[in-house]
Amino acid sequence: MIYLSHVSASMVRSFFGFIGRRGYEITGVFENFFKEISGLFYLTRSTMYCTFIEPFRGKPIKWPAVWTQMEEVGVKSTTIVFLVSFLIGVILAFQSAHQLSRLGALEFVGALVGVAILRELGPLMTALVMAGRVGAAFTAEMGTMKVSDEVLALEIMALNPVKFLITPRFIALLIMLPCLTIMADLMGILGGFLIGTTTLGIDPVTYINNSLDAMVVKDVVTGLVKSAVFAVIIVMVGSYMAFIIEGGAEMVGQNTRTAVVVSMILVIIADLVFTSLFFFVT
Amino acid sequence: MIQVNNLKKSFGEGSKRITVLEDFNAHMEKGQITSIIGGSGSGKSTVLKHLIGAYRPDSGEIWIDGEEVTQLKGETINRVRKKFGIMFQSGALFNSLTVEDNVALPMREHTNLNESTIRIMVKMKLEMVGLRGAEHLKPAQLSGGMVKRIALARAIALDPKIVFYDEPSAGLDPISIGVIDKLIIDLSKKMGITSVVVTHEIPSAMRISDKIIMLFKGQIIAEGTPEQIRESDDPRVVQFIEGSPDGPIPFSKSLTDYGEELKGMSRV
Repeated sequence: MIYLSHVSASMVRSFFGFIGRRGYEITGVFENFFKEISGLFYLTRSTMYCTFIEPFRGKPIKWPAVWTQMEEVGVKSTTIVFLVSFLIGVILAFQSAHQLSRLGALEFVGALVGVAILRELGPLMTALVMAGRVGAAFTAEMGTMKVSDEVLALEIMALNPVKFLITPRFIALLIMLPCLTIMADLMGILGGFLIGTTTLGIDPVTYINNSLDAMVVKDVVTGLVKSAVFAVIIVMVGSYMAFIIEGGAEMVGQNTRTAVVVSMILVIIADLVFTSLFFFVT
Repeated sequence: MIQVNNLKKSFGEGSKRITVLEDFNAHMEKGQITSIIGGSGSGKSTVLKHLIGAYRPDSGEIWIDGEEVTQLKGETINRVRKKFGIMFQSGALFNSLTVEDNVALPMREHTNLNESTIRIMVKMKLEMVGLRGAEHLKPAQLSGGMVKRIALARAIALDPKIVFYDEPSAGLDPISIGVIDKLIIDLSKKMGITSVVVTHEIPSAMRISDKIIMLFKGQIIAEGTPEQIRESDDPRVVQFIEGSPDGPIPFSKSLTDYGEELKGMSRV
């Protein structure tokens, strides 16, 4: 009896010890998580200040850097964005055709594709593609600069790395992502139209009429608001992941991957927030 | 010009706490070249990082040109930073900009000079380092020695009174080291610049310095003119100057006993 109670007592002790240690580790994880979140928040605040407020305080924005970034980010992304959104339109038309024809509503494929692309898939798909293409590039570029002491050199020369490195990219993506989204919307609708009128055999005029009936300006506007928010997420996550790098190339690679994954997740979460917001409000 | 009092700095927490600098004191004279030498891990780069404001000490004061700089923040520290130039060990040139843009950057940002004046001044700085004509190259196209010279041109872009050199000879061939040494001496004598050089290149330090401070494990073990250092009979100083692999600064950095460790491995 004494032996049994001795065994069970030590088992109980080690069980609670285990819980205690795990609990401590988890609070450590939470602490790190909140540290990163607050770091991201402060960096975003700094960037907003440098971009929107400093120009009025006598420190104008360097536009040449902005033009360069706009070309990198916007002009050079058109091919992939067009391709992806066109194909999404095609695929969506195909997938919805079967279900709609069962309801005898095949001619409304255009309406479904149009609204879905404008409100949701246009902004979301474009943002996800750009998170991979541009977010990774930002982290890799600025991460390499951090590792080779270029960021430290800027600070020591009394120049603000946020103003110099992040602001041009921020403005560029903030302008370019909504533009790309609009073009993606058009390409998606075009894709749906081509498939609808050829393979699915819908009459073009009917297709267009039904589409235009269903699509409202509100759809376009909500899509653009979303894309602006997505742009902020992509730039800030990419920049934050770059600036926290220490050491060498290994961490550049690691943080680039993390930046892409985290910005994609945050983009989808933001999408959910906005979708529910617009669902209930408008 | 620069006065450091009782600088102390430790890194890490709890059992991993390492004291990198213990009670570092130094005075760098105006217009003179002061070298800080020591082995790797002796704390010399840490001293430099404190002087440029990249680190805050645990305790102690640093006075640069009559101003105490360890507690400054924001705009005031930027104002102090414009008074000095730094030549980083890796050059730290901005790879996306041309040589001209690199050297012109401090001028474009911190002065109101017009573009043509800036171009002339860039040419003058490049001529000083012997690289007039390299304006349109990018850092990736430069050799190691050229990168360092451009970094030096950028460091003196605003004609600062103080220049810090972080291992200026690292990775260079003997001729390039001679070139950099000559430039450091010229700047100091002709322009009255106070120079602080962190290096472990002994012949170079002996050639150029007015004063040498030698660090070992965060403490100053020797201080004086190059002749005084050469005549020192502290065995650690002698070992460092002569470059002997073994001596008071040991060759083996292992902490455990070799025999015991091998025995432990063979037992398994």
